[in-house]
Amino acid sequence: MSSTAVRHQIADRGRFSLGEVLRRWEVLLLGVLLLVFTFNSLLLPNFLDPYNLADSTFNFSEKALLALPMALLIICREIDISVAGIMAVASVAMGFANQQGVPAPLLAMIGVGVGAACGTLNGLLVTRFAIPSIVVTIGTMSLYRGIAMVVLGDQAFTHYPEALALWGQGYFFDFIPREFVILLAFTALFALLLHATSYGRRLYAIGNNPVAARFSGVPVERYRLLLFVLMGTMAGLAAVLLTGRIGSTRPNIALGWELEAITMVILGGVSIAGGSGTIGGVLLAVFTLGMVTYGLGLANVPGIIMTIVIGALLLLTITAPKLLGGRRDRRD
Amino acid sequence: MKLEVFKQREVQLAILIVLLVMLIGARAPVFLSARSFDSLFTDSAILVMLVLAQMLVILTRGIDLSVASNLALCGMVVALIGRKFPALPISVLIPSAMGIGLLLGSINGALIGYLRLPPIVVTLGSMSVFRGMIFVLSGGAWISSREMTQQFIDFPLQRLFGLTHLVWLALAAIALAGWLARYTRFGRELYAIGNNPVAARYVGVPLSRRLLSVYAISGMTAGLCGYLWVARYAVAFTEIAYGFELTVIAACVIGGVSIAGGVGSVLGAVLGALFLGVINNALPIVQVSPFWQSAITGCVIVVAVVINARSEKRAGKQILPLTRVEKAT
Repeated sequence: MSSTAVRHQIADRGRFSLGEVLRRWEVLLLGVLLLVFTFNSLLLPNFLDPYNLADSTFNFSEKALLALPMALLIICREIDISVAGIMAVASVAMGFANQQGVPAPLLAMIGVGVGAACGTLNGLLVTRFAIPSIVVTIGTMSLYRGIAMVVLGDQAFTHYPEALALWGQGYFFDFIPREFVILLAFTALFALLLHATSYGRRLYAIGNNPVAARFSGVPVERYRLLLFVLMGTMAGLAAVLLTGRIGSTRPNIALGWELEAITMVILGGVSIAGGSGTIGGVLLAVFTLGMVTYGLGLANVPGIIMTIVIGALLLLTITAPKLLGGRRDRRD
Repeated sequence: MKLEVFKQREVQLAILIVLLVMLIGARAPVFLSARSFDSLFTDSAILVMLVLAQMLVILTRGIDLSVASNLALCGMVVALIGRKFPALPISVLIPSAMGIGLLLGSINGALIGYLRLPPIVVTLGSMSVFRGMIFVLSGGAWISSREMTQQFIDFPLQRLFGLTHLVWLALAAIALAGWLARYTRFGRELYAIGNNPVAARYVGVPLSRRLLSVYAISGMTAGLCGYLWVARYAVAFTEIAYGFELTVIAACVIGGVSIAGGVGSVLGAVLGALFLGVINNALPIVQVSPFWQSAITGCVIVVAVVINARSEKRAGKQILPLTRVEKAT
């Protein structure tokens, strides 16, 4: 082969290197998860009990269902603060319909449908009026939660049909919680959507540079709108499961969950500036937080202390990479 | 020129507030009494102070979600100090509340200013940590009015020249913020940072220090308000002011402070806070159930931002309309 015949080619990805893989956020997170798991199973006698472990997934399944679409939104540089409010409205709608004697399958559809409608309103406000989504959803959070309060006052909806409880607190094969299976199915679906389709690629494009994405022919506004609708739909689904699980609707249902879902997403390595992150990372973050919460619960640590741990974990995970060197961009 | 005045957001908002007050007054004349206004201003004072501090943060393209937790933590700490040392005068307790708030805010500021971490994430984390710390310090117990000295409880509602201390503090905060934003280099630099951080850096604005300062100021204000809140309602427990950070941000948004940074005025922010104050105080007077409060606030925010939206159109608009091209067969 003569030297003149050498042709250069630009590879579409860098050469495989183990160091690069090990430095990935997901691998780091997996390490943390394993550490938490080992630590807990050594210190807490009942931690490894399979039934306990299976039941511990109830604590995070619904929140994780919020985290999945939230990850897509944050990748697109958007955010939805109103998700917990949407859950409240969806649950109230279900409770109201239940009082009128609507059967269980229809109740579930009402929950999901109301969620989708709320998401559509968010999306329309964000896209039609070009308002930052954090502002819109702070407003609609108050609005949705307020609607739940107006309808319920200090009352509560109860007496939900058995079929709803079956999905909220039931098991497959008397062992695996149904909620957890639903979560895994949706995780697979979202991972496929984000990482294996052109839609997913476009979401990254929008997150990296919305203007450039628009000029490259990506219908940015339509994607944004659809993501908000998707977020609302998933919040509706989470509301159906949560209502089925706890069997009642109060105005403060799922209070503060928006921040927990966002914490899961950010801990999962999705950049708040948009354009990067994976569903795998989010799932690992969900498991890590779940195992920490479960472990602390077994050790009889009160719930509020867990918020310190979760908050500290969040601060630590974003601070550590900056402090441990790495490339500090001095541009600004 | 004459009509230009009405295009200003602050003027529109002021007119809206006056109309709202008149409307409520028409239904319930008691709302227009001096006593009613007195309680309106007293009730809004804490919100006004927090909104002003939050405005400085938002001007720099930041956000401080930890204010409510910071407030609650500082309130609990002064209540605990006051219980342990009942002899301490409030002239010591108030500065210590502000000092603790300042310290907590500086932690946020250091992470955001010097490590350049995203403000929303940092303050989301510290929000949880601060809230949890209240539980750790108090052991989950309530501190009730019986465990506070009379002087501690009385201060916020004591009167000076006919106005409560709360109102005076809010007025002082307005004056200070107005001076800071308009007449100091510090304030102008905050606007510069919000408009274009990179350009601000190039013209020599000490970005890290300024960011540290705004979060420290926000923390200090939260500390002061923490004492005021606890003393005013004569109780301290883990959940006080839960979710109040979003009310504060909402008031900023209504007042025309742009979440994208660099835009906002002290007058607007104060009016935004007063607007929410009027709604909250009017509901019981016009005999609307307090359960409506959240829904109405939400509507107001959405309407306010939609009206304001025309000034903040996103870039990258499609200029030419799409046309369907007929394929030649």
